[in-house]
Amino acid sequence: MTATRAIVEDGSLPRLPRHVKLRFDPARDRWIVLAPERVLMPDEIALEILKRCDGKTSVSAITQGLAEAYEASAEEIGEDVAEMLQDLADKGFVQL
Amino acid sequence: MTAQTMTAPEPPLAMLVELTHRCPLRCPYCSNPLELERRGQELDTAAWRDVLDQAAALGVLQVHFSGGEPTARPDLEDLVEHAAGLGLYTNLITAGVLLDEARVGRLSAAGLDHVQLSIQDSDPAESDRIAGYQGGYRRKIAVAGWIRAAGLPLTLNAPVHRHNIERLEAIIALAVELGAERIEVAHVQYYGWGLKNRAALIPTRAQLERATEVVEAAIERLKGVLVFDYVVPDYYAHRPKACMGGWGRQFLNVTPSGKVLPCHAAETIPGLAFERVTERGLAEIWAHSPAFERFRGTDWMPEPCASCERREIDWGGCRCQALAILGDAALTDPACGLSPHHDALVALAEAESDREPPAFQYRRMTRPEPVEA
Ligand code: SF4
Ligand code: SF4
Repeated sequence: MTATRAIVEDGSLPRLPRHVKLRFDPARDRWIVLAPERVLMPDEIALEILKRCDGKTSVSAITQGLAEAYEASAEEIGEDVAEMLQDLADKGFVQL
Repeated sequence: MTAQTMTAPEPPLAMLVELTHRCPLRCPYCSNPLELERRGQELDTAAWRDVLDQAAALGVLQVHFSGGEPTARPDLEDLVEHAAGLGLYTNLITAGVLLDEARVGRLSAAGLDHVQLSIQDSDPAESDRIAGYQGGYRRKIAVAGWIRAAGLPLTLNAPVHRHNIERLEAIIALAVELGAERIEVAHVQYYGWGLKNRAALIPTRAQLERATEVVEAAIERLKGVLVFDYVVPDYYAHRPKACMGGWGRQFLNVTPSGKVLPCHAAETIPGLAFERVTERGLAEIWAHSPAFERFRGTDWMPEPCASCERREIDWGGCRCQALAILGDAALTDPACGLSPHHDALVALAEAESDREPPAFQYRRMTRPEPVEA
């Protein structure tokens, strides 16, 4: 294991590490993220991004998918998506 | 604002399962009660499975297998597997010394999601002295390697106090070296054995400030490499922590014998009766047990909390701390700068940390054990 910070790039393939689980919770009727000592309640956009973090979809493809879903242009939202993924990666919720 | 006492509370997010109070280590800051429960009182495997079933049905999302030392229970992997099968997020909180490589593998195969391994110090001899357990440090380093080799995510749990606070930098470096994803730098809290040993553990304000600088610099430096959880000590703070995220709001604790508590130190509060999972359903206890209702929400609050804008942020701080310092659990946590007793608490912390630390009173079973030669 190399101890360096991973930086989000267009071609990165983000995935959820083993200790982070995205799950639908019937008791609260919403999606949740389970991580060590943390329960996150993602908002709609974060959820759409997290659902696409399958280790096979590139950051640009995630952006494209979101742009289609929300009828926005990929250029417009690309930066926000990358920023959110970088933040999730720094906090250990996403692996690149 | 809703009348919280009238409506059913939100389901808890997490349950801490104290499988046993037995532990080979003797840490002087152990948060277990002074009155440790014995092996003969522990719930059996079937009863714990039932607790897990009930917890999942109630809406609990995360289960922390803790103790004492949870690996002292041979049925741990059984219970992990059962919890994982219920869709619960499973976390093991361990001192590690009883684990071997094969067992780490079995726990991983059982579906364990995450391990929190405690370390007492970066200095091997000091680490063993603090834990009151020879050879513990070496074992823990080996265990960390087996955890990583099994592909399990690792958090290094580092309780800090005046005996190791000067080596915080080295402790953080050790976490990186061991391949941990996370580190919890937790200033020791003064409940249970920690309260008994407070004068031996409490750092000076200068030590604390230095430690906070070290952590803040490391957070920046190790961004994307190591995730930090930093628990600051209450005594020098301005506002208290939202203890347990608020009494009876997010968290429940089950003792080895099945008593259900709003937090692990709640048993110190006189006049509260705690019910057992063997006598009443977990959901019933959560919603209706008088011990959970006593400090839930804001109706119980005295001033200055009752009219404070932070009352639903920190929920008045810690009940057990109000009790420990002021003798009354229903007062504002004296860690809060708005408490009329805050200055006295700070003075106490400064005076104790300024003196030579007394010897540790190591954790032990309270009834005298047979004397060893
Ligand atoms: S704090 Fe120390 S003595 Fe207490 S349970 Fe943990 S390892 Fe054992
Ligand atoms: S007065 Fe009470 S509610 Fe306000 S900050 Fe202090 S402890 Fe929190």
